[in-house]
Amino acid sequence: MKAKLVLIGNGMAGAKLLEELMATCPDKYDISVFGNEPYGNYNRIMLSPLLSGEKTLQEIMVLDRPWYEEHGIALQVGVNKAITHLDRTSKIVTTRDGQKTSYDRLIIATGSQPFILPIEGKQLNGVMSFRDISDVEKMLKACDQYKKAVVIGAGLLGLEAAMGLCGRGMEVTVVHSNVVPLNRQLDVEAGELLQQELQARGLNFKMNAKTQRIEGDEHGQVTAIHFADGSSLQTDIVVMAIGIRPNMKLAQDAGIHCEKGIVVSDTLQTYDPTIYALGECIQHRGGTFGLVAPLYEQARVLTNHLSEHGVAQYQTLPSATKLKVTGINLFSVGAINGDEHCEFLFYRDKQQGIYKKLVLKNNVLVGVVLYGETQEGAFYNELLDNKTDLTAMRPYLMFGKALCEDQCGPAIAEAKTLNVSNAK
Amino acid sequence: MNDIITTSSQENLTTIHTTCAYCGVGCGVEAEVNQDTRTATVKGLQHHPSNYGRLCSKGSALADTIGLDERLLQPEINGKAASWDRALNFVSDGFQKIIDEHGPDAVAFYASGQLLTEDYYVANKLMKGFIGSGNIDTNSRLCMSSSVVGHKRAFGTDTVPGCYEDFEQAELIVLVGSNTAWCHPVLFQRIKLHKENNPNVKVVVVDPRATATCDIADLHLQVNLGTDVWLFNGLLSYLADNNHLDSGYINGHCQGFEAALKEAQTSCGDAAHNADALGISEEDLNTFYTWFGTTEKVVTLYSQGVNQSSSGTDKVNSIINAHLATGRIGREGMGPFSMTGQPNAMGGRDVGGLANTLAGHMDFTEDNIERVGRFWQSNNMANKPGLMAVDMFDAIDEGKIKAVWIMATNPAVSMPNADKVKKALQKCELVVVSDCIADTDTVALANVKLPAIGWSEKDGTVTNSERRISRQRALFPAAGNARADWWMICKVAQRLGFGEAFNFNHSADIFREHAALSGFENHVSENGTGRRRDFDISLLQNLSDEAYETLQPIQWPVNKQHPTGKARFFAHGEFYTPSQKANFLALTPKLPKHLPTQDYPLALNSGRIRDQWHTMSRTALAPQLNQHISEPFVQMHQEDARARNLLDGQLVQVRSRWGKMTGRLNITSDVKNGDIFAPMHWTAQLSKTGRINSAVNPVVDQFSKQPESKHTPVQVSSFKASTYGFMLSRDSISWPECDYVVEVNGKQHTRYEFAHKQPIKNPIMQMLNWLGLKNEAAAKAQQLEVLSYQDETSELYRLAILNQQGQLQAVAFMAPTHQLPEPTWLAQQFEKESLQTRARHAILSGHAPAGEDIGPIVCACFSVGQKQLEKAIKEQGLSSTKEIGVCLKAGTNCGSCIPELKQLITKCQS
Repeated sequence: MKAKLVLIGNGMAGAKLLEELMATCPDKYDISVFGNEPYGNYNRIMLSPLLSGEKTLQEIMVLDRPWYEEHGIALQVGVNKAITHLDRTSKIVTTRDGQKTSYDRLIIATGSQPFILPIEGKQLNGVMSFRDISDVEKMLKACDQYKKAVVIGAGLLGLEAAMGLCGRGMEVTVVHSNVVPLNRQLDVEAGELLQQELQARGLNFKMNAKTQRIEGDEHGQVTAIHFADGSSLQTDIVVMAIGIRPNMKLAQDAGIHCEKGIVVSDTLQTYDPTIYALGECIQHRGGTFGLVAPLYEQARVLTNHLSEHGVAQYQTLPSATKLKVTGINLFSVGAINGDEHCEFLFYRDKQQGIYKKLVLKNNVLVGVVLYGETQEGAFYNELLDNKTDLTAMRPYLMFGKALCEDQCGPAIAEAKTLNVSNAK
Repeated sequence: MNDIITTSSQENLTTIHTTCAYCGVGCGVEAEVNQDTRTATVKGLQHHPSNYGRLCSKGSALADTIGLDERLLQPEINGKAASWDRALNFVSDGFQKIIDEHGPDAVAFYASGQLLTEDYYVANKLMKGFIGSGNIDTNSRLCMSSSVVGHKRAFGTDTVPGCYEDFEQAELIVLVGSNTAWCHPVLFQRIKLHKENNPNVKVVVVDPRATATCDIADLHLQVNLGTDVWLFNGLLSYLADNNHLDSGYINGHCQGFEAALKEAQTSCGDAAHNADALGISEEDLNTFYTWFGTTEKVVTLYSQGVNQSSSGTDKVNSIINAHLATGRIGREGMGPFSMTGQPNAMGGRDVGGLANTLAGHMDFTEDNIERVGRFWQSNNMANKPGLMAVDMFDAIDEGKIKAVWIMATNPAVSMPNADKVKKALQKCELVVVSDCIADTDTVALANVKLPAIGWSEKDGTVTNSERRISRQRALFPAAGNARADWWMICKVAQRLGFGEAFNFNHSADIFREHAALSGFENHVSENGTGRRRDFDISLLQNLSDEAYETLQPIQWPVNKQHPTGKARFFAHGEFYTPSQKANFLALTPKLPKHLPTQDYPLALNSGRIRDQWHTMSRTALAPQLNQHISEPFVQMHQEDARARNLLDGQLVQVRSRWGKMTGRLNITSDVKNGDIFAPMHWTAQLSKTGRINSAVNPVVDQFSKQPESKHTPVQVSSFKASTYGFMLSRDSISWPECDYVVEVNGKQHTRYEFAHKQPIKNPIMQMLNWLGLKNEAAAKAQQLEVLSYQDETSELYRLAILNQQGQLQAVAFMAPTHQLPEPTWLAQQFEKESLQTRARHAILSGHAPAGEDIGPIVCACFSVGQKQLEKAIKEQGLSSTKEIGVCLKAGTNCGSCIPELKQLITKCQS
């Protein structure tokens, strides 16, 4: 009889794990999947184009229901199929509607939830987040009814939401606590370029702002937002995009050790050796996750273990970020502001809206900001991950992989890459 | 073939046959001229016996040097435009006043091998016949005056005995002190072809440098600088010892052989010792001697490496000695051959344009002075030779000469100890310069600037190295207020009161008089004082204007005896000495005057490069000629470089007791250990510190007064710059305030190389300023786009500016070392109508866009482009996004591009 594998969570990380397992050891486990969103698996990253109307729901589906059937995976999704209880002693999970399922191995991939500012008015109608398809549906409905929107948070998600709403005809103001948008990914110079570009596309910004409260009318509907400096804005909806928090309540209740997230080892095992966790719900070596690349890597490492193929260890690497707003190319990874021991290379072509900054430390790339032209992002990411020594390549580095290879020979880039991928 | 000028009915095109403006080969040029646009295209003239249709890089670029931008087109007096009348009055008044106060020897002309024969004739006539001074010398002094004296000492007159055809009939060609491949490329091509067609033909190159000419050499004798007399004395001794002498010729037609042989045997008779003195192996030496001894048809071509020496004349005679001793002269495929550097050096010699000759191959003897005086109807003849170039400028420096008229040459650059020449001219009372170019180092020193017509407007004759007279014909009417040199000389002569003798209306008038003088009393006179003269073109003295216009290239003499010219002299003796016998010269070999010392341990050799001519005032106008070598350089042997810790490509300073220059170091084994080589071309117009002649010693040959430009003791040290860089700009800009600057004219741009000893503050802003922009805001206000690259730690700073049309307007690169990207690709971008995206992204790398064009990015996570995807889908038959993912990784991270990938698959499959 096959071992029973239960996966809690059918999001990006969970579904990737399923794909990997099907590719590696399709017959090893008897798999059950539980998810609280009533769909097969969709690409959460694509919510922005879904909101803006550039993509349809159909286009963002990755694994549809028939896929699960074809692979003999029992998929149970919807609000009632959310797992509400985990009994580690008897190795049984229970859904909201009381269905119990036993497991030999359990994978927690419960993801994260948006952080909501603990301020007055946060519960008003029209205050929403941007996390899943239902959030998109709420926003689209608001677009039909209302004119004005405020998005709190000029991070990746906030800007994507703002541009989506803007594209749908809303008059949008982005409220941000820093002086430039995307300040975790961009330095001030690139941030300013981005802000200018987004303003040119119709977004309004209120920077350096601290939100104090949200005001509503007698029907409990949002009407305005007030700031610490005494100013306020009329608005019909408020979208909060100020970060996420790992969903670890289930694990915590079951007595699994959690800190900021569910604490896992390098093999993605929790403190309970039969239980693994991956994705945005975990904490690995002190860090939590919000981007797709590490999730996929975690899925690969975990598959390696579940298939009993190897001894892969998960390693947290700097993750590159991009903004999914059509026509805006930006790429950022690593220590973008560097420190006093860092050396900086700059390239500027302002009229074309291009700005590039490479941050080096001891002849190794440690940070990259590319704005306007991001073709070489993958190359830099590779150099950064591999800690490639750039002494010889440095004069050509800014101008991309092909020139570096022309000038310094393919051996440098290739050999390093090979070594590292073998190590993985 | 004889249609000298033909007009096509289409457009306004005319085909004109003329002669090249550059070296002494004297190639025929066929120019197709568009009068409406004042442009031309040129090619080699098929039937011209100098080149038979060939042209070298410089000649091929003639049409690119005829623009009017750089031209001097208006007379100027002390920097202010003046009418011709005023300018000519100013010159004649100035000369008259100085002559009145200080005598005729207080004035001088310094002429040029680039003047036409007709210009030269009237200049010589005015100075020697009417002003009454011998003070007319010429830049030919720097070029082949040692050959002139060598010829005169041996033959009794300045005769080149052979012709170009001899090279194609020779079995052994000895090239001495001549980088023929670069300096006389068309002749070199003829030799090369001859050798290819006749594999038994041998070529020996005698040169302290390994040059491009060595490509065809069977034997390269890399002799020590200045040692040619050892080589040819040794040869004479060898020929005698090995029974290779032609005693019939020696006894029948020569004199002084015994003394010459004795001296040769004494000084150079021991082969081992001789090889040592020459710095070559005894084996190589013997090979050369054996080949020479056993080959009947030998031509020895020699050029500046022989002439520009303190023993230049002796070197010439040592070569002639060997040919006389074997009777190999004046016969097909045999003879010594002096190759001249200038298009009309020979024409100048023929009219007597050198200070130590009178006119028409007559020297300053009493009877000649009387004879020429009678011919010119002058009673104010100069009665002694004048001052020769180096002495002339020394006399200017000392204030003995107070007025000088410099014609078509640039002595502030080309003379040895050139800084002294510059200073001498600065303090000279009256400096008149006639030139076609507005800004030369010498024009800059003129009180009076007289605009001369340039090559494309000149109309007259030139004579090449094989005595061939060819017509230079005007392609265009004179530009602006430019006039022929002969015209201005005649106008000044008229103002000085010599109107009747200078009443010429056309260059043909002058030519006829020149021809008549050549035949005037050209025979042994009754009283025995007169002599036959080799230079005789008397048959042309009655040439009609029409016949002058259509004159075909012809070798002098042209007289009743030789109506169609004469190819060779002296096969049967008949020399022009009183005894009609040739003189052997007894020659004691001498080392260069100044030998290297502890302080100045290296020997500087100077010379030409392939694509530049003299002081570059014309060739540097043709962008394609600046590509081969664009900066002043210094060649040094690797061991010398290692001993000084110098790196290839860095800047070095060459310093002698007389002056200094800075150039880019080229480390090579082409020069000998202990020698360095630097080009003679660069001027203050094109480089801040690149004039090598400021360092060259002002030593001259005692007979010819030709400077020893091939040997100066120098020291070489690193030019320690903290910043190196270059700027390329579509519009010309003021030179950056840097210690080292070189300007290079390119296609649609000018390049400025720079280096500076002190660090440059705020480099990006500084480069913007140099490019004429106050700051980025100023650029933006002018609708210019600014791109920048900066790596502060590495001190790399780069800038590009695009104009409104999206064209590259300027680029500037700065680095802490001389290792900057090679600027060829950058330069090419100035020719583009606009800078394409890939080129724009690459421009600050200094390198062409690398790798394939992958098209617009589809997968942003892995930077996979549309073109790349389409290619993979088609070539590898990919049919799903999964296959694409396996193949190119595209779509395997965030997956956002999967819909586009699907569309691409559909598109490629349909």
